[in-house]
Amino acid sequence: MASVQPHRVRPGRGTELLLLVPALGIGIAGYVLAGLGVTGSVPPHVIAYAVGTTVLALVVHVVLRLRAPYADPVILPVVVALNGIGLAMIYRISIAYAARGRADADIADRQLAWTAISVALAIAVLVLLRDHRTLRRYTYTAMVAGLVLVLLPLVPGLGQTINGARIWVRVGPVGMQPAEFAKIALAVFFAGYLVTHRDTLALAGKRVLGLQLPRARDLGPIILVWAASLVVLVLQRDLGTSLLFFGLFVAVLYLATERTSWIVIGLVLFVGGAAAAAATFGHVGARFDVWLHALDSDIYNRSPGGSGQLVAGLFGMASGGLFGTGLGQGRPDLVPFSYSDFIVAALGEELGLTGLLAILLLYTILVSRGLRTAIGVRDGFGKLLAGGLSFVMAFQLFVVVGGVTRLIPLTGLTTPFLAYGGSSLVANWVIAALLLRISDEARRPVPAVRAVATPDIGIPLSAPGRSRPVGGGRSTGRTGTPAVGTPVVVGEAPVRTSTATRADDGDGPAPDDSPTAHLGTDGTSTTEPGTDERGGRTR
Amino acid sequence: MSELTITLLRLGYLALLWFLVLSAITVLRRDLYGTRIIDRRRPGGKAAPAAEAPVPVGETPRAPRRPRGAGGPTRLVVTEGPLRGTTLPLGSSAVLVGRAPSCTLVLDDDYSSSRHARIFPQGEQWFVEDLGSTNGTFVGETRVEQPTPVPTGTAVRIGQSLLELQR
Repeated sequence: MASVQPHRVRPGRGTELLLLVPALGIGIAGYVLAGLGVTGSVPPHVIAYAVGTTVLALVVHVVLRLRAPYADPVILPVVVALNGIGLAMIYRISIAYAARGRADADIADRQLAWTAISVALAIAVLVLLRDHRTLRRYTYTAMVAGLVLVLLPLVPGLGQTINGARIWVRVGPVGMQPAEFAKIALAVFFAGYLVTHRDTLALAGKRVLGLQLPRARDLGPIILVWAASLVVLVLQRDLGTSLLFFGLFVAVLYLATERTSWIVIGLVLFVGGAAAAAATFGHVGARFDVWLHALDSDIYNRSPGGSGQLVAGLFGMASGGLFGTGLGQGRPDLVPFSYSDFIVAALGEELGLTGLLAILLLYTILVSRGLRTAIGVRDGFGKLLAGGLSFVMAFQLFVVVGGVTRLIPLTGLTTPFLAYGGSSLVANWVIAALLLRISDEARRPVPAVRAVATPDIGIPLSAPGRSRPVGGGRSTGRTGTPAVGTPVVVGEAPVRTSTATRADDGDGPAPDDSPTAHLGTDGTSTTEPGTDERGGRTR
Repeated sequence: MSELTITLLRLGYLALLWFLVLSAITVLRRDLYGTRIIDRRRPGGKAAPAAEAPVPVGETPRAPRRPRGAGGPTRLVVTEGPLRGTTLPLGSSAVLVGRAPSCTLVLDDDYSSSRHARIFPQGEQWFVEDLGSTNGTFVGETRVEQPTPVPTGTAVRIGQSLLELQR
């Protein structure tokens, strides 16, 4: 694992404020242009809309200034811009629906309300979660919560089958997709579990064709997650969610162990499962037909499960061309679900390839900031959590855009921040808040260890009870256990994560381990091993 | 509204999108070039330092410079092994080397013992003392049996790692 060490860290709140200007501008201009394009006049509530979104973004910005001053300056503007683009497009489609007298013309107002709720929740996460390492304590709670959330739609009376997939829970008037929240809980669980168990899973097994295969008995966890995601596939008929969970686990497993063999094993299991599912279940097989023979007239006209939606989306993007028809000038409302599953096709039609590429680049920036945070953060749990959350976002986007553009079979996942849907929006804002929180930890300079020279001992290495590791990036899994050693690593990168974890947990493979008696340093102070090492040296 | 205005607004919106993308990338540029990336597993992993080189963060807690003769060693460098490239400034205190997290220099080396060796100054000289390790400590080719002086620039082998005192 490579390590990156910045030369100098600026908090970046000023940069964030500057970037928020075009980000908010994109959302508001999109809203105005959508209204202009469809109705020919500026939307009536544009001032209220502009003030509302600006206030929401600024509140997050102020909270960041107060609670996470070193958080990444790019994440918030990108998220605000994506959310704004989504709102503009949903507003544009809702006008078209209203003109046709459709019942679901209120999607724009609902999405706006959900945006406010999401931002409030993101702020709550930033305020309440002062240190992401707190989450590690809830590793197994997160597992239970994740599994319950995944299985919640199967509860009779609570779950609802909508459009063939049983992924909805409806309590009174509010419906939600618990799987969206499950992915956060499971990311926490995978990160917490694998940071503890990675040594076992990285243990050398047989070497086949240049691949270090794990031992058979270490395959347990991956088989378990695979089986769980198959259960989701079979019982809830939801290809996307099952794919997302399995992909998330394999990704975090790879991040934790650095073994390519896990990816190969994951892919083999996935391909096997997918092939079996395609052969056994009609709805999965139908997706494959739609993907491979989308323009076949039998499949195009088939109902349900025809390729009409997909092909309409493709036609839309084709009519958009390089520069798009302009917001409000196209007909994205002809594509079913163009405000949720097919919002990428709608954007491709009205903003063209140029606009779609810019949006994809915004996602790329967002994900790369998440991965950069994972590299920069000093504790193993934070690394895996940030990596896992960024992966979820990237993977979701890949599956959606790949499905809409007919690169891979279409699966029902939502486009983060863009697509209509309260659960998805809330979950993704919470993910963004978590990434901001971890990036604050990652970018914050190591608190200056005052290296005061004492005449006899020399440098006091670290003070006991300090809660942050020293050493320019050494990672420990625990709070309050500053990694000792190499406290002043001059101009060099931090030690690989696995080292510290192994040393911490003390269960690493060790061909050589001779307990050696404690020794005095300098003949002036004698430290007892395991009791007060640091205290001894600080004396 | 005229056709021209609509076209200009349409293209202007795309330009605004790209403006955000490019300004975000400009902000990140500093992060890309203002860092050094070190891959320890690869030889030559000491990547070229960045173009702009402000004071590295790691240097802030500076080691006290105790005058140590005219040309005593000032740092301990790992020249081979998993921690290749790690530098530890030498003060006037002993350096405990081993795999245990309580050591001063924690080696990520399966062939070193938890508390492997001690490197300490005495007078103007630095000495290395083996702490009963399984695989031994070597100064050059000879195994260390008792505290042995380590001249600047001599390789000390601990497990798979080579340490060196440098000026």
